[in-house]
Amino acid sequence: MAELDTSSGGGHKKGPGVKKGKKLSTRIDLTPMVDLGFLLITFFMYTTTMQKPKTMEINMPYKDDIIKPEDQNKVKNSVALTVLLSKNHRIYYYEGIGDDPTKPPELKSTQYDTKNNVDAELRKEIISKKSKVADMKHRGELTAKDEITVLIKPDSTSSYSDLVYLLDEMIINDVKTYAIIDITEVDRDFIKATEEANPGK
Amino acid sequence: MGHAKLPRKSTNIDMTAMCDVAFLLLTFFMLATKFKPDEPVVVKTPKSVSEIIIPDADIMLITVDPTGKIFFSIDNKLKRKELIDELSSQKSLNLSEAEKTAFALGSSMGYPFSQLKSFLGATPDEQKAMEEKATGIPADTAINIPTNELGVWIDIARHTNPKLRICIKADGAVSFPNFQKVIKTLEGEKVFKFNLITDLEAVPMGTDAYIAKYGKGTK
Repeated sequence: MAELDTSSGGGHKKGPGVKKGKKLSTRIDLTPMVDLGFLLITFFMYTTTMQKPKTMEINMPYKDDIIKPEDQNKVKNSVALTVLLSKNHRIYYYEGIGDDPTKPPELKSTQYDTKNNVDAELRKEIISKKSKVADMKHRGELTAKDEITVLIKPDSTSSYSDLVYLLDEMIINDVKTYAIIDITEVDRDFIKATEEANPGK
Repeated sequence: MGHAKLPRKSTNIDMTAMCDVAFLLLTFFMLATKFKPDEPVVVKTPKSVSEIIIPDADIMLITVDPTGKIFFSIDNKLKRKELIDELSSQKSLNLSEAEKTAFALGSSMGYPFSQLKSFLGATPDEQKAMEEKATGIPADTAINIPTNELGVWIDIARHTNPKLRICIKADGAVSFPNFQKVIKTLEGEKVFKFNLITDLEAVPMGTDAYIAKYGKGTK
């Protein structure tokens, strides 16, 4: 039965004088063909890329020499959360933009867990900052247009995965405005001071 | 004493149906397949919850390996040919027609202009051997200096195909200064919108993105 039966039912009477040719079986063994079929399937299954890579879209702030510094929007101190990325997946963050030299911001630091890809402390901080901004909007201290703004400043010792982690956290917590900014010397000093204050870490 | 006679059944099975299934599946895979592109380096991208799918065509792919070497490629053979033609004349590399064809059919490029001719002139086997020692395309944070060759590649590629979407595929271990070279170069080329290729991970429960996706009521 592993064959294809193409012989006709037979029994057709041929007319007189028509010689009966010897009937050869037209059955073909299909087993090798099936083998070949599955071999090719296996090959295509291994080489195929079913799932396309996923991407994350980022928009960098538009930069041009034509735009004068005074025309640029300035982030309000009250809506800003600055996050500094440092070495060994250490993250420092503070509220505000840290531009007031007389009042240095209070830096808090957390460790980003690379294995589980999570940093619960930072997430909490972002969520609380979000609700703070929402409260201020309620009280009328901020206009409706103001949104929480996260400033991401990766230090030269940080890695790309830290940056992606932070960008991802923005998506997770639904933060609409964020920017990747070059770290300043002032911020580096903040990190240094915090490191010195906590030598154990 | 009568032995119960078991009727002898034929052990032959009709393969026709199985054959049909096999070839149906084969046809499906053949049509659905898209061969994995040759990648010069192994890159393990970081994870993200973002679900934007990479577009099918018109992609410029900038690959950065863990040590910070930069590789560049665009899709579409014809555009690659145009790109190398333009590059050859702009930088007077004197590439032969065969070398240009080698580029058009090849994959990612990770050589400075000075080594381009010797790489493209080599046989496929030699190229394989050279790939391991690829130095990457030189880049810098400043755009208007001659050593920023990545800028030249991007500039010409965008002229040959203005629809290009720019994707960066970088390893998680790439240090930020190396990654910054790429984004600063892109900024210098007035590209402010690009995609980072990431691995998919699940949205953490209870967060805003989770609520937006699945609603509050679900467990």
